[in-house]
Amino acid sequence: MFDANSTTVMAWRRENGRVGVRNHVIILPVDDISNAACEAVANNVKGTMALPHAYGRLQFGADLDLHFRTMIGTGANPNVAAVVVIGIEPEWTQVIVDGIAATGKPVTGFSIEQKGDFETIRAASWKAKEYVHWASELQKEECPITDLWVSTKCGESDTTTGLSSCPTVGNMYDKLIPHGLYGVFGETSEITGAEHICEKRAANPEAAEKFMAIFKEYSDNVIFAHQTDDLSDSQPTKGNILGGLTTIEEKALGNLEKIGRECTYIDALQAAEAPAKGPGLYFMDTSSAAAECVTLMGAAGYVIHTFPTGQGNVVGNPIVPVIKISGNPRTLRTMSEHIDVDVTGVLTREQTIDQAGDALIDMIRRTANGRFTAAEALGHREFVMTKLYRSA
Amino acid sequence: MGQIPHLLVHDHGDNVGVVVVEGLTAGTEMLCVVTHDNSDFKLTANADIPIGHKVALKDLAEGDTVMKYGEDIGKMVGAAGTGDHVHTHNCKTKRW
Repeated sequence: MFDANSTTVMAWRRENGRVGVRNHVIILPVDDISNAACEAVANNVKGTMALPHAYGRLQFGADLDLHFRTMIGTGANPNVAAVVVIGIEPEWTQVIVDGIAATGKPVTGFSIEQKGDFETIRAASWKAKEYVHWASELQKEECPITDLWVSTKCGESDTTTGLSSCPTVGNMYDKLIPHGLYGVFGETSEITGAEHICEKRAANPEAAEKFMAIFKEYSDNVIFAHQTDDLSDSQPTKGNILGGLTTIEEKALGNLEKIGRECTYIDALQAAEAPAKGPGLYFMDTSSAAAECVTLMGAAGYVIHTFPTGQGNVVGNPIVPVIKISGNPRTLRTMSEHIDVDVTGVLTREQTIDQAGDALIDMIRRTANGRFTAAEALGHREFVMTKLYRSA
Repeated sequence: MGQIPHLLVHDHGDNVGVVVVEGLTAGTEMLCVVTHDNSDFKLTANADIPIGHKVALKDLAEGDTVMKYGEDIGKMVGAAGTGDHVHTHNCKTKRW
Protein backbone atom coordinates (compact mmCIF):
# COMPACT_ATOMS: atom_id res chain seq x y z
CA MET A 1 0.00 0.00 0.00
CA PHE A 2 1.31 3.40 -0.99
CA ASP A 3 2.34 5.83 1.76
CA ALA A 4 2.65 9.43 0.54
CA ASN A 5 4.67 10.50 3.55
CA SER A 6 7.48 7.98 3.15
CA THR A 7 7.63 7.59 -0.66
CA THR A 8 10.56 9.47 -2.10
CA VAL A 9 12.35 9.70 -5.42
CA MET A 10 15.93 10.55 -6.38
CA ALA A 11 15.72 13.61 -8.62
CA TRP A 12 17.36 16.95 -9.42
CA ARG A 13 16.42 19.94 -7.27
CA ARG A 14 16.78 22.99 -9.57
CA GLU A 15 17.91 26.54 -8.75
CA ASN A 16 14.30 27.67 -8.19
CA GLY A 17 13.47 24.74 -5.88
CA ARG A 18 11.45 22.75 -8.44
CA VAL A 19 12.18 19.03 -8.88
CA GLY A 20 13.15 17.56 -12.26
CA VAL A 21 13.30 13.87 -13.19
CA ARG A 22 15.48 14.25 -16.29
CA ASN A 23 18.64 16.27 -16.81
CA HIS A 24 18.45 17.44 -20.41
CA VAL A 25 20.63 20.09 -22.05
CA ILE A 26 18.39 21.35 -24.85
CA ILE A 27 19.13 23.33 -28.00
CA LEU A 28 15.96 25.37 -28.50
CA PRO A 29 15.11 27.06 -31.81
CA VAL A 30 13.20 30.34 -31.54
CA ASP A 31 11.80 29.76 -35.04
CA ASP A 32 11.47 27.18 -37.80
CA ILE A 33 14.46 28.47 -39.81
CA SER A 34 16.79 27.96 -36.83
CA ASN A 35 16.03 24.24 -36.60
CA ALA A 36 18.97 23.30 -38.82
CA ALA A 37 21.53 25.14 -36.66
CA CYS A 38 20.07 23.60 -33.49
CA GLU A 39 20.21 20.11 -34.98
CA ALA A 40 23.83 20.69 -36.04
CA VAL A 41 24.80 21.73 -32.49
CA ALA A 42 23.03 18.67 -31.04
CA ASN A 43 24.93 16.52 -33.52
CA ASN A 44 28.25 18.11 -32.51
CA VAL A 45 27.75 17.80 -28.76
CA LYS A 46 26.56 14.44 -27.40
CA GLY A 47 24.20 14.59 -24.44
CA THR A 48 22.28 17.52 -25.90
CA MET A 49 18.96 17.46 -27.70
CA ALA A 50 17.52 19.82 -30.32
CA LEU A 51 13.79 20.57 -30.18
CA PRO A 52 12.85 21.44 -33.79
CA HIS A 53 9.35 22.81 -34.42
CA ALA A 54 7.35 24.45 -37.19
CA TYR A 55 6.70 28.07 -36.12
CA GLY A 56 8.02 31.31 -34.63
CA ARG A 57 7.97 33.78 -37.52
CA LEU A 58 5.50 36.66 -38.00
CA GLN A 59 3.24 35.55 -35.20
CA PHE A 60 1.40 38.30 -33.31
CA GLY A 61 -1.02 38.98 -30.44
CA ALA A 62 -2.23 36.08 -28.33
CA ASP A 63 -0.65 33.60 -30.76
CA LEU A 64 2.80 35.16 -30.25
CA ASP A 65 2.25 35.25 -26.47
CA LEU A 66 1.51 31.52 -26.56
CA HIS A 67 4.61 30.89 -28.67
CA PHE A 68 6.86 32.71 -26.18
CA ARG A 69 5.08 31.05 -23.21
CA THR A 70 5.65 27.60 -24.73
CA MET A 71 9.31 28.29 -25.61
CA ILE A 72 10.16 29.85 -22.24
CA GLY A 73 8.16 27.25 -20.30
CA THR A 74 9.89 24.38 -22.08
CA GLY A 75 13.32 25.81 -21.28
CA ALA A 76 12.25 26.56 -17.71
CA ASN A 77 10.91 23.01 -17.11
CA PRO A 78 12.85 21.35 -14.25
CA ASN A 79 13.61 18.34 -16.47
CA VAL A 80 15.95 20.71 -18.34
CA ALA A 81 19.33 21.50 -16.73
CA ALA A 82 20.55 24.15 -19.18
CA VAL A 83 19.49 25.70 -22.49
CA VAL A 84 21.11 27.00 -25.67
CA VAL A 85 18.62 29.18 -27.58
CA ILE A 86 19.15 29.90 -31.30
CA GLY A 87 17.01 32.30 -33.37
CA ILE A 88 17.33 34.06 -36.68
CA GLU A 89 17.52 37.53 -35.05
CA PRO A 90 18.62 38.66 -31.57
CA GLU A 91 15.53 40.38 -30.14
CA TRP A 92 13.00 37.53 -29.89
CA THR A 93 15.90 35.23 -29.00
CA GLN A 94 16.66 37.49 -26.01
CA VAL A 95 12.98 37.47 -24.90
CA ILE A 96 13.18 33.68 -24.59
CA VAL A 97 16.63 33.71 -22.94
CA ASP A 98 15.45 36.24 -20.33
CA GLY A 99 12.31 34.24 -19.60
CA ILE A 100 14.27 31.04 -19.00
CA ALA A 101 16.97 32.86 -17.00
CA ALA A 102 14.35 33.85 -14.41
CA THR A 103 14.51 30.25 -13.12
CA GLY A 104 18.23 30.72 -12.34
CA LYS A 105 19.35 27.95 -14.71
CA PRO A 106 22.18 28.47 -17.23
CA VAL A 107 20.91 29.73 -20.61
CA THR A 108 22.62 31.49 -23.52
CA GLY A 109 21.17 32.81 -26.77
CA PHE A 110 22.70 32.95 -30.27
CA SER A 111 21.32 34.60 -33.41
CA ILE A 112 22.12 33.79 -37.01
CA GLU A 113 21.79 37.07 -38.96
CA GLN A 114 25.16 38.71 -39.82
CA LYS A 115 26.95 35.45 -38.91
CA GLY A 116 25.40 32.57 -40.81
CA ASP A 117 24.82 29.00 -39.68
CA PHE A 118 28.54 28.03 -39.54
CA GLU A 119 29.65 30.71 -37.11
CA THR A 120 26.49 30.36 -35.00
CA ILE A 121 26.89 26.58 -34.78
CA ARG A 122 30.56 26.97 -33.80
CA ALA A 123 29.85 29.41 -30.95
CA ALA A 124 26.73 27.58 -29.75
CA SER A 125 28.54 24.22 -29.77
CA TRP A 126 31.23 25.54 -27.39
CA LYS A 127 28.49 26.72 -24.98
CA ALA A 128 26.54 23.47 -25.33
CA LYS A 129 29.66 21.45 -24.51
CA GLU A 130 30.31 23.57 -21.42
CA TYR A 131 26.69 22.97 -20.29
CA VAL A 132 26.93 19.20 -20.83
CA HIS A 133 30.06 18.94 -18.66
CA TRP A 134 28.36 21.00 -15.95
CA ALA A 135 24.98 19.21 -16.08
CA SER A 136 26.47 15.73 -16.16
CA GLU A 137 28.04 16.31 -12.73
CA LEU A 138 24.84 17.50 -11.05
CA GLN A 139 23.81 15.06 -8.32
CA LYS A 140 20.32 13.78 -7.61
CA GLU A 141 18.84 14.17 -4.15
CA GLU A 142 16.04 12.52 -2.24
CA CYS A 143 12.71 14.33 -2.73
CA PRO A 144 9.15 13.51 -1.65
CA ILE A 145 7.18 11.98 -4.55
CA THR A 146 4.60 14.73 -3.99
CA ASP A 147 7.16 17.38 -5.03
CA LEU A 148 6.60 16.16 -8.61
CA TRP A 149 4.21 17.89 -10.99
CA VAL A 150 2.23 15.18 -12.84
CA SER A 151 0.00 15.92 -15.84
CA THR A 152 -2.56 13.77 -17.63
CA LYS A 153 -4.21 13.47 -21.02
CA CYS A 154 -5.54 10.31 -22.67
CA GLY A 155 -5.36 9.28 -26.31
CA GLU A 156 -6.77 6.78 -28.78
CA SER A 157 -9.44 6.34 -26.14
CA ASP A 158 -12.03 3.63 -26.27
CA THR A 159 -14.57 2.28 -23.83
CA THR A 160 -11.85 0.46 -21.88
CA THR A 161 -10.11 3.75 -20.96
CA GLY A 162 -13.23 4.93 -19.13
CA LEU A 163 -13.44 1.58 -17.34
CA SER A 164 -9.78 1.06 -16.42
CA SER A 165 -6.86 3.33 -17.38
CA CYS A 166 -8.58 6.71 -16.83
CA PRO A 167 -9.91 5.82 -13.35
CA THR A 168 -6.41 4.49 -12.57
CA VAL A 169 -5.04 8.02 -13.13
CA GLY A 170 -7.97 9.41 -11.12
CA ASN A 171 -7.11 7.11 -8.23
CA MET A 172 -3.47 8.28 -8.35
CA TYR A 173 -4.60 11.93 -8.17
CA ASP A 174 -7.04 11.15 -5.32
CA LYS A 175 -4.11 9.67 -3.36
CA LEU A 176 -1.32 12.17 -4.17
CA ILE A 177 -3.00 15.55 -4.56
CA PRO A 178 -4.07 15.82 -0.88
CA HIS A 179 -0.35 15.44 -0.02
CA GLY A 180 0.82 18.36 -2.18
CA LEU A 181 1.12 17.06 -5.76
CA TYR A 182 0.44 19.45 -8.64
CA GLY A 183 -1.87 17.87 -11.25
CA VAL A 184 -3.40 19.09 -14.50
CA PHE A 185 -5.98 17.88 -17.02
CA GLY A 186 -7.15 19.61 -20.21
CA GLU A 187 -8.65 18.61 -23.58
CA THR A 188 -11.33 21.31 -23.80
CA SER A 189 -13.03 19.73 -26.82
CA GLU A 190 -13.27 16.34 -25.17
CA ILE A 191 -15.18 17.65 -22.18
CA THR A 192 -18.12 18.37 -24.51
CA GLY A 193 -21.08 16.47 -23.10
CA ALA A 194 -19.66 16.43 -19.59
CA GLU A 195 -19.02 20.16 -19.12
CA HIS A 196 -21.80 20.34 -16.51
CA ILE A 197 -19.99 17.66 -14.50
CA CYS A 198 -16.63 19.36 -14.97
CA GLU A 199 -18.12 22.68 -13.86
CA LYS A 200 -19.23 21.05 -10.59
CA ARG A 201 -15.73 19.68 -9.92
CA ALA A 202 -14.31 23.20 -9.45
CA ALA A 203 -13.02 23.95 -5.94
CA ASN A 204 -14.49 27.46 -5.98
CA PRO A 205 -16.94 29.57 -8.04
CA GLU A 206 -14.11 31.52 -9.73
CA ALA A 207 -12.52 28.34 -11.11
CA ALA A 208 -15.93 27.08 -12.32
CA GLU A 209 -16.61 30.41 -14.04
CA LYS A 210 -13.19 30.46 -15.69
CA PHE A 211 -13.65 26.89 -16.93
CA MET A 212 -17.10 27.60 -18.37
CA ALA A 213 -15.84 30.80 -20.06
CA ILE A 214 -13.00 28.82 -21.69
CA PHE A 215 -15.42 26.08 -22.75
CA LYS A 216 -17.91 28.56 -24.25
CA GLU A 217 -15.16 30.51 -26.04
CA TYR A 218 -13.87 27.27 -27.52
CA SER A 219 -17.33 26.09 -28.62
CA ASP A 220 -18.26 29.45 -30.18
CA ASN A 221 -14.97 30.49 -31.77
CA VAL A 222 -13.46 27.16 -32.75
CA ILE A 223 -16.20 24.58 -33.24
CA PHE A 224 -19.20 26.62 -34.35
CA ALA A 225 -17.04 29.08 -36.33
CA HIS A 226 -15.30 26.38 -38.37
CA GLN A 227 -17.57 23.35 -38.47
CA THR A 228 -18.75 22.13 -41.85
CA ASP A 229 -20.74 19.19 -40.53
CA ASP A 230 -21.71 17.70 -37.17
CA LEU A 231 -18.05 16.86 -36.36
CA SER A 232 -18.86 13.18 -36.16
CA ASP A 233 -16.02 12.51 -38.62
CA SER A 234 -13.53 13.99 -36.11
CA GLN A 235 -14.96 13.58 -32.62
CA PRO A 236 -14.99 10.77 -31.68
CA THR A 237 -12.03 9.92 -33.93
CA LYS A 238 -12.05 6.96 -36.29
CA GLY A 239 -9.81 5.15 -33.79
CA ASN A 240 -12.21 5.91 -30.94
CA ILE A 241 -15.12 4.54 -33.00
CA LEU A 242 -13.24 1.34 -33.85
CA GLY A 243 -12.72 0.98 -30.11
CA GLY A 244 -16.45 1.21 -29.45
CA LEU A 245 -16.95 4.87 -28.51
CA THR A 246 -20.03 6.24 -30.25
CA THR A 247 -20.56 9.86 -29.13
CA ILE A 248 -18.54 12.81 -27.82
CA GLU A 249 -20.57 12.70 -24.59
CA GLU A 250 -19.50 9.09 -23.98
CA LYS A 251 -15.88 10.00 -24.72
CA ALA A 252 -16.03 13.02 -22.39
CA LEU A 253 -17.40 11.02 -19.47
CA GLY A 254 -14.56 8.51 -19.83
CA ASN A 255 -12.06 11.35 -20.13
CA LEU A 256 -13.22 12.92 -16.84
CA GLU A 257 -12.60 9.65 -14.99
CA LYS A 258 -8.96 10.86 -14.96
CA ILE A 259 -9.68 13.41 -12.21
CA GLY A 260 -10.80 10.78 -9.74
CA ARG A 261 -13.59 10.84 -7.23
CA GLU A 262 -12.39 13.41 -4.69
CA CYS A 263 -10.21 15.96 -6.52
CA THR A 264 -11.45 19.44 -7.32
CA TYR A 265 -9.57 21.85 -9.59
CA ILE A 266 -8.47 25.12 -8.06
CA ASP A 267 -7.95 27.15 -11.24
CA ALA A 268 -8.48 27.07 -15.01
CA LEU A 269 -5.26 27.88 -16.89
CA GLN A 270 -4.58 29.22 -20.37
CA ALA A 271 -2.53 26.95 -22.64
CA ALA A 272 1.07 26.56 -21.31
CA GLU A 273 0.30 28.82 -18.30
CA ALA A 274 2.18 27.79 -15.16
CA PRO A 275 -0.08 27.06 -12.17
CA ALA A 276 0.21 29.83 -9.57
CA LYS A 277 -2.27 28.97 -6.82
CA GLY A 278 -0.25 26.34 -4.98
CA PRO A 279 -0.46 22.54 -4.92
CA GLY A 280 -3.59 20.89 -6.29
CA LEU A 281 -5.37 19.98 -9.49
CA TYR A 282 -5.67 22.46 -12.38
CA PHE A 283 -7.65 22.52 -15.63
CA MET A 284 -5.78 23.77 -18.73
CA ASP A 285 -7.34 24.94 -22.01
CA THR A 286 -5.72 22.62 -24.58
CA SER A 287 -6.39 20.86 -27.82
CA SER A 288 -7.12 17.17 -27.47
CA ALA A 289 -4.38 16.27 -29.96
CA ALA A 290 -1.86 14.31 -27.89
CA ALA A 291 1.46 15.90 -28.86
CA GLU A 292 0.10 19.47 -28.65
CA CYS A 293 -1.43 18.85 -25.24
CA VAL A 294 1.63 17.14 -23.70
CA THR A 295 3.87 19.92 -25.09
CA LEU A 296 1.68 22.60 -23.46
CA MET A 297 1.63 20.81 -20.10
CA GLY A 298 5.41 20.39 -20.21
CA ALA A 299 5.71 24.12 -20.92
CA ALA A 300 3.58 24.81 -17.82
CA GLY A 301 6.21 22.99 -15.74
CA TYR A 302 4.87 19.43 -15.40
CA VAL A 303 7.67 16.84 -15.24
CA ILE A 304 5.89 13.49 -15.69
CA HIS A 305 2.89 12.79 -17.90
CA THR A 306 0.40 9.95 -17.28
CA PHE A 307 -1.27 8.87 -20.51
CA PRO A 308 -4.17 6.38 -20.53
CA THR A 309 -4.75 4.76 -23.92
CA GLY A 310 -7.25 2.25 -25.21
CA GLN A 311 -6.52 1.57 -28.87
CA GLY A 312 -2.81 2.44 -28.43
CA ASN A 313 -1.52 5.99 -28.86
CA VAL A 314 2.29 5.96 -29.20
CA VAL A 315 3.05 9.64 -28.34
CA GLY A 316 6.11 10.81 -26.40
CA ASN A 317 7.77 14.12 -25.58
CA PRO A 318 11.42 15.22 -25.75
CA ILE A 319 11.68 16.47 -22.16
CA VAL A 320 8.75 14.91 -20.28
CA PRO A 321 8.57 11.13 -19.73
CA VAL A 322 5.13 9.94 -20.88
CA ILE A 323 3.85 6.91 -18.93
CA LYS A 324 1.31 4.87 -20.95
CA ILE A 325 -1.42 2.99 -19.14
CA SER A 326 -3.79 0.59 -20.89
CA GLY A 327 -6.48 -1.86 -19.86
CA ASN A 328 -7.35 -3.08 -23.36
CA PRO A 329 -6.19 -6.71 -23.69
CA ARG A 330 -6.07 -6.50 -27.51
CA THR A 331 -3.72 -3.49 -27.29
CA LEU A 332 -1.52 -5.29 -24.75
CA ARG A 333 -1.45 -8.29 -27.08
CA THR A 334 -0.64 -6.37 -30.28
CA MET A 335 1.47 -3.37 -29.18
CA SER A 336 2.78 -3.98 -25.68
CA GLU A 337 6.10 -2.29 -26.49
CA HIS A 338 4.27 1.05 -26.02
CA ILE A 339 2.62 0.32 -22.66
CA ASP A 340 4.26 0.95 -19.26
CA VAL A 341 1.41 0.02 -16.92
CA ASP A 342 -0.87 -2.93 -17.77
CA VAL A 343 -4.28 -2.60 -16.07
CA THR A 344 -6.12 -5.29 -18.05
CA GLY A 345 -6.79 -6.92 -14.69
CA VAL A 346 -9.37 -4.21 -14.02
CA LEU A 347 -11.51 -5.56 -16.88
CA THR A 348 -11.15 -9.18 -15.78
CA ARG A 349 -11.96 -8.09 -12.20
CA GLU A 350 -8.63 -9.48 -10.99
CA GLN A 351 -7.36 -6.00 -10.09
CA THR A 352 -9.22 -3.20 -8.30
CA ILE A 353 -8.93 0.47 -9.29
CA ASP A 354 -7.22 1.01 -5.94
CA GLN A 355 -4.55 -1.58 -6.83
CA ALA A 356 -4.19 -0.13 -10.34
CA GLY A 357 -3.70 3.35 -8.84
CA ASP A 358 -0.93 2.00 -6.59
CA ALA A 359 0.72 0.35 -9.62
CA LEU A 360 0.70 3.69 -11.45
CA ILE A 361 2.17 5.53 -8.44
CA ASP A 362 4.92 2.93 -8.33
CA MET A 363 5.63 3.47 -12.05
CA ILE A 364 5.75 7.25 -11.43
CA ARG A 365 8.30 6.58 -8.66
CA ARG A 366 10.40 4.32 -10.91
CA THR A 367 10.19 6.76 -13.83
CA ALA A 368 11.27 9.64 -11.60
CA ASN A 369 14.20 7.49 -10.42
CA GLY A 370 15.33 7.10 -14.01
CA ARG A 371 13.48 4.20 -15.65
CA PHE A 372 12.97 5.00 -19.33
CA THR A 373 9.32 5.02 -20.35
CA ALA A 374 8.30 3.00 -23.41
CA ALA A 375 8.05 6.26 -25.37
CA GLU A 376 11.60 7.26 -24.33
CA ALA A 377 13.02 3.84 -25.22
CA LEU A 378 11.31 3.98 -28.62
CA GLY A 379 12.54 7.52 -29.36
CA HIS A 380 9.16 9.29 -29.36
CA ARG A 381 10.02 13.00 -29.02
CA GLU A 382 6.94 14.73 -30.41
CA PHE A 383 7.29 18.47 -29.72
CA VAL A 384 4.35 20.31 -31.26
CA MET A 385 3.58 24.00 -30.84
CA THR A 386 -0.07 25.05 -30.63
CA LYS A 387 -0.92 27.75 -33.18
CA LEU A 388 -4.01 29.89 -32.59
CA TYR A 389 -4.34 31.52 -36.02
CA ARG A 390 -2.52 32.37 -39.27
CA SER A 391 0.67 34.44 -39.03
CA ALA A 392 0.86 38.01 -40.31
CA MET B 1 -12.56 -13.51 -8.01
CA GLY B 2 -14.29 -16.29 -9.97
CA GLN B 3 -15.27 -16.19 -13.62
CA ILE B 4 -14.05 -13.44 -15.96
CA PRO B 5 -16.92 -11.19 -17.10
CA HIS B 6 -17.82 -10.69 -20.77
CA LEU B 7 -19.55 -7.37 -20.24
CA LEU B 8 -19.03 -4.50 -17.78
CA VAL B 9 -21.70 -1.95 -16.85
CA HIS B 10 -20.71 1.27 -15.04
CA ASP B 11 -23.93 2.08 -13.21
CA HIS B 12 -27.32 0.53 -12.38
CA GLY B 13 -29.02 3.38 -14.27
CA ASP B 14 -27.25 2.46 -17.53
CA ASN B 15 -29.05 0.87 -20.48
CA VAL B 16 -25.87 -0.23 -22.28
CA GLY B 17 -22.80 -2.22 -21.23
CA VAL B 18 -19.32 -2.73 -22.74
CA VAL B 19 -17.90 -5.98 -24.14
CA VAL B 20 -14.50 -6.55 -22.46
CA VAL B 21 -13.40 -9.81 -24.11
CA GLU B 22 -12.12 -10.45 -27.62
CA GLY B 23 -14.01 -12.64 -30.07
CA LEU B 24 -17.47 -12.53 -28.47
CA THR B 25 -19.88 -14.49 -30.69
CA ALA B 26 -23.64 -14.32 -31.20
CA GLY B 27 -25.54 -16.52 -28.77
CA THR B 28 -22.98 -16.25 -25.95
CA GLU B 29 -24.61 -16.08 -22.54
CA MET B 30 -22.58 -13.19 -21.13
CA LEU B 31 -21.59 -12.76 -17.50
CA CYS B 32 -22.25 -9.06 -16.89
CA VAL B 33 -20.81 -7.15 -13.90
CA VAL B 34 -21.87 -3.72 -12.66
CA THR B 35 -18.57 -2.07 -11.63
CA HIS B 36 -20.31 0.28 -9.19
CA ASP B 37 -21.05 -2.55 -6.72
CA ASN B 38 -19.74 -5.75 -8.38
CA SER B 39 -23.26 -7.21 -8.71
CA ASP B 40 -23.75 -9.47 -11.73
CA PHE B 41 -26.38 -10.76 -14.14
CA LYS B 42 -26.62 -12.80 -17.37
CA LEU B 43 -27.51 -11.58 -20.86
CA THR B 44 -27.35 -13.25 -24.28
CA ALA B 45 -25.49 -11.44 -27.07
CA ASN B 46 -27.47 -11.32 -30.35
CA ALA B 47 -24.47 -10.64 -32.60
CA ASP B 48 -20.70 -11.02 -32.85
CA ILE B 49 -19.67 -7.87 -30.99
CA PRO B 50 -16.05 -6.58 -30.90
CA ILE B 51 -14.24 -5.83 -27.67
CA GLY B 52 -15.03 -2.32 -26.43
CA HIS B 53 -18.37 -2.09 -28.20
CA LYS B 54 -21.71 -1.62 -26.49
CA VAL B 55 -24.66 -3.96 -25.96
CA ALA B 56 -28.25 -2.89 -25.18
CA LEU B 57 -29.31 -4.08 -21.72
CA LYS B 58 -32.99 -3.51 -22.56
CA ASP B 59 -35.09 -2.86 -25.65
CA LEU B 60 -34.24 0.62 -26.98
CA ALA B 61 -36.44 2.53 -29.46
CA GLU B 62 -35.54 5.37 -31.82
CA GLY B 63 -35.39 8.61 -29.79
CA ASP B 64 -34.53 6.91 -26.48
CA THR B 65 -31.71 8.41 -24.43
CA VAL B 66 -28.68 6.14 -24.07
CA MET B 67 -27.37 6.01 -20.50
CA LYS B 68 -23.79 5.12 -19.48
CA TYR B 69 -21.83 6.18 -16.34
CA GLY B 70 -25.37 6.96 -15.09
CA GLU B 71 -25.34 9.87 -17.58
CA ASP B 72 -26.84 10.81 -20.96
CA ILE B 73 -24.41 9.85 -23.76
CA GLY B 74 -26.69 10.46 -26.76
CA LYS B 75 -29.86 9.27 -28.47
CA MET B 76 -30.96 6.21 -30.41
CA VAL B 77 -31.49 6.92 -34.13
CA GLY B 78 -32.65 3.35 -34.74
CA ALA B 79 -33.98 0.52 -32.60
CA ALA B 80 -31.94 -2.06 -30.67
CA GLY B 81 -33.37 -5.07 -28.89
CA THR B 82 -31.95 -6.42 -25.63
CA GLY B 83 -28.56 -8.00 -26.42
CA ASP B 84 -28.12 -6.08 -29.70
CA HIS B 85 -25.03 -4.08 -30.73
CA VAL B 86 -25.33 -0.32 -30.03
CA HIS B 87 -22.95 1.91 -32.01
CA THR B 88 -22.81 4.58 -34.73
CA HIS B 89 -25.41 2.73 -36.85
CA ASN B 90 -28.16 3.27 -34.27
CA CYS B 91 -26.85 5.83 -31.75
CA LYS B 92 -25.78 9.47 -32.16
CA THR B 93 -24.65 12.51 -30.17
CA LYS B 94 -27.17 15.12 -29.07
CA ARG B 95 -24.49 17.80 -29.59
CA TRP B 96 -23.27 19.64 -32.65
